[in-house]
Amino acid sequence: MTTGDRTGGIPVREEAHSAREAAEREGRELTETERAIAGAESFSPQEALARTELAEGQDLEPGFREPMIINLGPQHPSTHGVLRLVTQLDGEVVRDLHPVIGYLHTGIEKQCENKTYWQAITLVTRMDYLASFFNIHAYTMAVERLLDLPVPPRAQYLRVILSELNRVASHLVWLGTSGLELGAITVFFYTFREREQALDLFEMIAGDRMNTRFFQVGGCAEDMPPGFEARLRAFIEAMPARLDEYEELLSENPIWLQRTRGVGILPPDELVGLGVTGPALRAAGVDLDLRKAAPYSSYERFDFSVPLGARGDAYDRYIVRVRETRESLRIIEQALDGMPEGSHIADDRKVVLPPREELASSMEALIHHFKLVTEGFVVPAGETYTAVESPRGELGCYLVSDGGPKPHRCHIRDPSFVNLQALRPMARGGYLADLIAMIGSLDNVMGGVDR
Amino acid sequence: MSEVRAIVEGACPGAVVEAIEHRGELTLGIRADRLLEVARFAAAAPLAFALLSDLTCADFPELPGRFRVAYHLFSIEDGSRLRLRAWAGADSPELPSVVEVWPTANWHEREVYDMFGVHFRNHPDLCRILMPLDWEGHPLRRDYPLGGEEVEFTDAV
Repeated sequence: MTTGDRTGGIPVREEAHSAREAAEREGRELTETERAIAGAESFSPQEALARTELAEGQDLEPGFREPMIINLGPQHPSTHGVLRLVTQLDGEVVRDLHPVIGYLHTGIEKQCENKTYWQAITLVTRMDYLASFFNIHAYTMAVERLLDLPVPPRAQYLRVILSELNRVASHLVWLGTSGLELGAITVFFYTFREREQALDLFEMIAGDRMNTRFFQVGGCAEDMPPGFEARLRAFIEAMPARLDEYEELLSENPIWLQRTRGVGILPPDELVGLGVTGPALRAAGVDLDLRKAAPYSSYERFDFSVPLGARGDAYDRYIVRVRETRESLRIIEQALDGMPEGSHIADDRKVVLPPREELASSMEALIHHFKLVTEGFVVPAGETYTAVESPRGELGCYLVSDGGPKPHRCHIRDPSFVNLQALRPMARGGYLADLIAMIGSLDNVMGGVDR
Repeated sequence: MSEVRAIVEGACPGAVVEAIEHRGELTLGIRADRLLEVARFAAAAPLAFALLSDLTCADFPELPGRFRVAYHLFSIEDGSRLRLRAWAGADSPELPSVVEVWPTANWHEREVYDMFGVHFRNHPDLCRILMPLDWEGHPLRRDYPLGGEEVEFTDAV
């Protein structure tokens, strides 16, 4: 790895230079990641080529030669967003890898501190954009717990329905794009066809296809519109046959098997140590699903199983996710069948907006509406951590209130951010081509990683 | 819940400075110099909080300790949670790193360092993670202005 001065060529060199300056300012050495980034940026393609040629002359085994440093990303079609991986390659073998993240960092947590509690819902939705209902769910649950505000059963059931529908949509995107990366293009067209129907259902109930703010503090913004239930039932009736279709395409497909079997295995205790949750952990046989382990929003009332894998490779993650999708459909059906009567939102006029029709006739409702929209509501001082099981694992919200109308601190523990840490130990010693399968199988959404 | 508190206090006498039960959640305030000891104890049996769900920080500029770092522990065995808290100090905020106990803390601590400037002693790779490596200042501090950043490319609009 050379860090000598050269001019021209690579536009990102400046960052490496200023990293060194910043470290000097703080009076410390460059850390491992900083060295890797700086090394990558002072390594030209010509140098890389020269090293490869040199290595070919010598008769060394793969894994013992001078590494070639390749920047994978930040813009690379298989990284599911803008993820940059500084990889040290020896031929096709990955010797080491440093994920560089932050390209989608938008400071949402900082902005939340400057918005009232109900305004911040709009922001947190946009973190993990494929699982927006889960973001709001974790956030609204945190606010509700600090307010000690019970959510009516009907609202809880509606939340379950939309969360599970969102899980289905998210897994469909994952399946389609992962297939696409490994050359199974057909699956992509199939899954996106069905995902479109799920998005149509979101649009029907919430008005938006993605990034809805349908969950409110205290419940849901609206009840189910007429015709929604019938359409949703038609969707969950059609889906199992569709899933069979995908499985027919992939489960015994020799190419799919060769690309995913035995790829990206880590022992279960190492995964737990690295904080990995969700399908990536369950594929390794660890039975951890927050819907069962720490039930919220009435999940204890539903009958569903948690699919587990045995080996913990990319193939098991695929199987776990497909089976999970089937379980989600079962949960939606149960929720529709057992939908409780009552209101879709709590009846607390200090927190919840009054019903629209009252605004025309009730002065009091108008005042409440005005106060809530302009000033927001006050949340008693305290702190809480609430977590939901998102399609990628534990999505938690740490909320600190100082007794004012704005959060003092709002932090989202995003499973994509945490799970991405496992990529490095997973990829070391594997092939570069498998690295793509591993990224796909972890299912990171960069909007959630960078927040 | 008070059992957990008693177990921790029994194993690490003097380390727990406060215990709060609020909304069904137990929070233990830990002295900064004893944090690593408590973390090691909590991760192993009998408490077995094997999973560190989250590690983050909140800034209270008006308080003497200023940076309050929270550790959210989760037990896979019984699904219970425990929050540990420690104050990092206002002038040169520093806490021991818990990476050796829970490897997942690596990126969380880098994020806290990046956003709050809290230094974690013995962290294997403490550098910025979300902001560019040469960034100055720590954006999630309360005294860091919102919108203080110039917006690029506005002249093209």
